Amino acid sequence: MSAIDLVEKTQLAARPAMKSGDTVRVHVKVREGDKERIQIFEGVVIGMHRGGTRASFTVRKVSFGQGVERIFPLHSPIIQKVEVMRSAKVRRAKLYYLRELKGKAARMKDVAKTKQ
Amino acid sequence: MVTGIIGRKVGMTQIFDPDGTVHPATVIKAGPCVVVQAKAAPTDGYEAVQLGLVEERPAKLGKPMAGHYKKAGVPPTRVRREVKVAAGGEAPKVGEQVLASIFANGERVDVVGTGRGKGFQGVVRRHHFGGGAATHGSMFHRAPGSIGASSFPSRVVKGMRMAGRMGGKRVTIHNLKVLRVDPDNHLLIVEGGIPGAPTGYVIIRKAITAKKLKVAQVEKPKKGKK
Repeated sequence: MSAIDLVEKTQLAARPAMKSGDTVRVHVKVREGDKERIQIFEGVVIGMHRGGTRASFTVRKVSFGQGVERIFPLHSPIIQKVEVMRSAKVRRAKLYYLRELKGKAARMKDVAKTKQ
Repeated sequence: MVTGIIGRKVGMTQIFDPDGTVHPATVIKAGPCVVVQAKAAPTDGYEAVQLGLVEERPAKLGKPMAGHYKKAGVPPTRVRREVKVAAGGEAPKVGEQVLASIFANGERVDVVGTGRGKGFQGVVRRHHFGGGAATHGSMFHRAPGSIGASSFPSRVVKGMRMAGRMGGKRVTIHNLKVLRVDPDNHLLIVEGGIPGAPTGYVIIRKAITAKKLKVAQVEKPKKGKK
């Protein structure tokens, strides 16, 4: 094990297996003054960027007709947990084409669930 | 007390704070080192130690250097560097070990290494000359321009900045913050980048110009009547 892995190992958080096309709920810790609460950001994963502790993922949602994207560091301690709600069948690793699509065109087919 | 240690740059990564802040971090394999020679004021005029970095690869030495190690009674090392000894505390002895644990989390350190060689570079890259306009009929792009006057002084003054070899020289980065010390694995994690490429040898020493802690000044009571 290289020294970098040794350092990064302590930084890694337990995250579910995610990939592009998954609909996820990201539980984000938000600080307001002295209080801390959990905010949920739900949307479609349109890209994953791998690389140890530097890994990140981009979640896109449409909020009041306005597209919103948020890039989360995968192992950031501000993420309490990530729930995978649905998985869609996609043929790209990066779903940037969703940015140009709206409404019905932006729908995706769910992956047929194989034995659970 | 020994104020520095020899290390090897491993590479960069990032470290999270509990509040989610990300710090760029360089991992250094620091030590273990041994004291090969202790220099003292009466004999050498100053207090310092010569450290050797203990590595897996065996050292190949000529006879004079082998004798130097034989005298110290330590196995030969490939790299030796000298670091200062702070006044006070016990004087380090030959053969003593110096480990990464001489540093603590949050401490400021200086990292000295050999920067990456950039090759033969022009004045724009090497000395940050402005250069000329790229277009609009400008016929002056990245040339240095005039390098002096004519018949007087009939020569180019010394130190004129010109194109040439860039990089590959000793570089010191001051006041880097120690993010983490891992004495078991001989690792030192500092915030930000350090000179040179991975596997390059560096010296990590306690910051010589460590910033003083800011203390809130007490407002002086006003004299006289209001």
